[in-house]
Amino acid sequence: MAVSRSPGTPALEQPIVITAFPSSAFDIRKSIRLGLIAGLILVLISAMGLVESFDDRMLIDPILSLGYVLLFLVPLLVGHIAGRLPPLLEGMPAPEHRPRDVLGGLVSGTVASILLALLVIATPVFDLRTLFINLSPTLVGLLTLNQGLASGLLLLVAIGATLGTIGSALHLLPDKWRSALVKSVTWVLGIALLQDLVLQLLRGLGLSFASRLIFTVTGGLSIPATVLIFGILLGAQLSIKTKGESLATRFARLPDSRKRRTLYAAGVLLLVVIVVLPQIVGPYISEVLDLVGLFLLMGFGLNIVVGLAGLLDLGYVAFFAVGAYTMAVLVSPSSPGFAPQLTFWLALPFVVGTAALAGILVGLPVLRMRGDYLAIVTLGFGEIARLLAQSDWLKPFLGGAQGILRIPNIPVGPIELHTPPQLFYPIAAFVALAAYTSWRLQDSRIGRAWMAMREDEDVAEAMGINIVTTKLLAFVIGAILAGFSGAIFAMKIGSVFPHSFNLIFSLTVLVIIIVGGLGSLRGVALGALVIVGLPELLREFNEFRFLFYGIILVVMMRLKPEGLLPRARRAREITEEERAQDVGMPVTATAADPGGT
Amino acid sequence: MSANTEPALKLDNVSTHYGPILVLRNMNIEIFPGEIVCLLGGNASGKTTTLRTIVGMVAPTEGKITLDGVEIAGLDTTEIVGMGISMVPENRRLFSRMTVRENLEMGAYLRKKGNSHQEDLDRIFELFPRVKERLNQRAGTLSGGEQQMVAMGRALMARPKVLLMDEPSMGLAPVLVQSTFEIIKEINRQGTTIFLVEQNANMALLIADHGYVLQTGRIVLADTAENLLNNKMMREAYLGEM
Repeated sequence: MAVSRSPGTPALEQPIVITAFPSSAFDIRKSIRLGLIAGLILVLISAMGLVESFDDRMLIDPILSLGYVLLFLVPLLVGHIAGRLPPLLEGMPAPEHRPRDVLGGLVSGTVASILLALLVIATPVFDLRTLFINLSPTLVGLLTLNQGLASGLLLLVAIGATLGTIGSALHLLPDKWRSALVKSVTWVLGIALLQDLVLQLLRGLGLSFASRLIFTVTGGLSIPATVLIFGILLGAQLSIKTKGESLATRFARLPDSRKRRTLYAAGVLLLVVIVVLPQIVGPYISEVLDLVGLFLLMGFGLNIVVGLAGLLDLGYVAFFAVGAYTMAVLVSPSSPGFAPQLTFWLALPFVVGTAALAGILVGLPVLRMRGDYLAIVTLGFGEIARLLAQSDWLKPFLGGAQGILRIPNIPVGPIELHTPPQLFYPIAAFVALAAYTSWRLQDSRIGRAWMAMREDEDVAEAMGINIVTTKLLAFVIGAILAGFSGAIFAMKIGSVFPHSFNLIFSLTVLVIIIVGGLGSLRGVALGALVIVGLPELLREFNEFRFLFYGIILVVMMRLKPEGLLPRARRAREITEEERAQDVGMPVTATAADPGGT
Repeated sequence: MSANTEPALKLDNVSTHYGPILVLRNMNIEIFPGEIVCLLGGNASGKTTTLRTIVGMVAPTEGKITLDGVEIAGLDTTEIVGMGISMVPENRRLFSRMTVRENLEMGAYLRKKGNSHQEDLDRIFELFPRVKERLNQRAGTLSGGEQQMVAMGRALMARPKVLLMDEPSMGLAPVLVQSTFEIIKEINRQGTTIFLVEQNANMALLIADHGYVLQTGRIVLADTAENLLNNKMMREAYLGEM
């Protein structure tokens, strides 16, 4: 052993220094590997047509389009990853960032852009366009920055190398500078990306004149505005002294009386925001918010079924359809069979009834099913619901493929709610109701029973939990919330058709709660905003919506399987399970998890 | 332990089928208040099925099961557990993602929240001081021995008249088996009637009052624990003496 040992110190306290281990970030093989991965991503997004179709969307007029941002982000990120330090190991000296480490980013960025350049060269040579129709001359022009093939490709590689270098050089900046820089850039791009939302907000706040200064006529931030906003943001970030304490910890320190007052104040503030919001943001954003609200309502419902009770239901849309059709039949004057023409509020109790009944009808036959079997059977139920609504058999009542039209508006006293900003209020009220119910349920006796059942059905039964009623209750509550959502949906659209209730609907709700964090109410809210709201605001993405769902899911499962805003207990479960797997010890002696994850 | 009182739990001519297959055949078992009775048998002899039949997770196809003279065969598990039978399942089967405290509270699920929980918890901490230290830890992270303690504690939280235990020694190190059986004896001394299902006949008979031997769904031997320990057939078949 080369480790020197000074006399008198016990051997164990001596730090063991293994110098052979690379303590620097630069590792040429790792950098090349990362570069190749990034290159493949670049080739993929180009060949799929993302770059070209996003080029129409200007972010900073006239120099930067969304397509280029996508293209440039990849080498920047990979450079950043390549510049990361190797993980800190016990007994090893803590590695430090050195200027030399920037080489990693340089190599990755260069490799990635060379791969993309090869695609550009290969396209005409092998006539790749017959295979990938998106490899158009326009795309080639874009990738060569319209500088001609030879110099354009050189420029492309040079940009890739530069961006990779910048990405890894970010590590060399002091933490404060780096975070301020990254945040400011993200904000600027965010403002440009959410131009519609920003414009609406400005108009609602009576600042329309500002929008002409910030955004150009053709769309996108103007260059002076970009510089100004970036400068303000960066200056603000750098000048603010961070307290290093989150709001939550500061709140926890308050005395009880102050705590209650703070909560009240927050509640009142929230109420005011909710009342004013639809008026400020205007009809288009209100429409998006309404949609988010309807999905949120379903998300809360499915969260009870899947997140708390662990029953994987893939046919959740069935309950939504039941709610929508019940409402349509009861209120529409043109309901084909039975048309009592009730008002929305009078019909609502019947919606609860039919949805609950549907919950029981789906729940009863699957009582003894677990995990995968349950998922497949519920998947079937979802399709059955749609096919029944479409069938000739029920046509005299539900109108078959023609659906039910002429659904009147929601009456509240003398006024009728039908514009998106008006409909926002009943939706917000139902969402609040659902959130409150879920919140009260999750730590209640029945919430515990669901949790126990999710863990181990047999033992839960041996503890005296009545599996039948507990399961049915989860289905029924979930169904009622989806029924509400469907009922409002019918009022909002003014008609119902069977084809609105397809599998994608169920899957979207499922993605919402998984991305947000199973079992977490805040998570479901964030999930609904990200999964439903964002694509509506970024209409460029609409064509690729399901692609992005897929990517988001894969990335989430790799990086943050507990969801964006998980419940504390769920995050703990997952990290502990992973750690336990790593040391090769079984986490539990129980039977297989019944689909709870 | 007097034979003239009524049995706490009695299986009278009980048979159980899984579908068309006969699993338990005309079983007769009597457990008197305050006793430890063990049911011995090898793999697949029907031990676990016996317990599942008693708690109503499988309904017997024939015969009567009485708890303190009240017929319980055919009732729901929820009702039977509510009447005073609780079970420590095979392999402990804790709710591994819940904390130890939550596991214990699940044991008292059928007793509505009251002031008596703390009393029961205290009693369990007395029996298992280790459980108190682990109270807020996730059950899945405990060692096997600790999990066994929590599983027993969870069953005791229901304040059972009769405690059913399914192979408490399974998968535990010999030294833990020893202490587990000592604790079972202690629980019994504090007044809980225990029906113990075991493969480890030696250990079980040392603490039991009576024993039954089960072979392919049928009781082949029934006697006091002492007599069974000295029984020639028993010694050859189960106690590892040739």
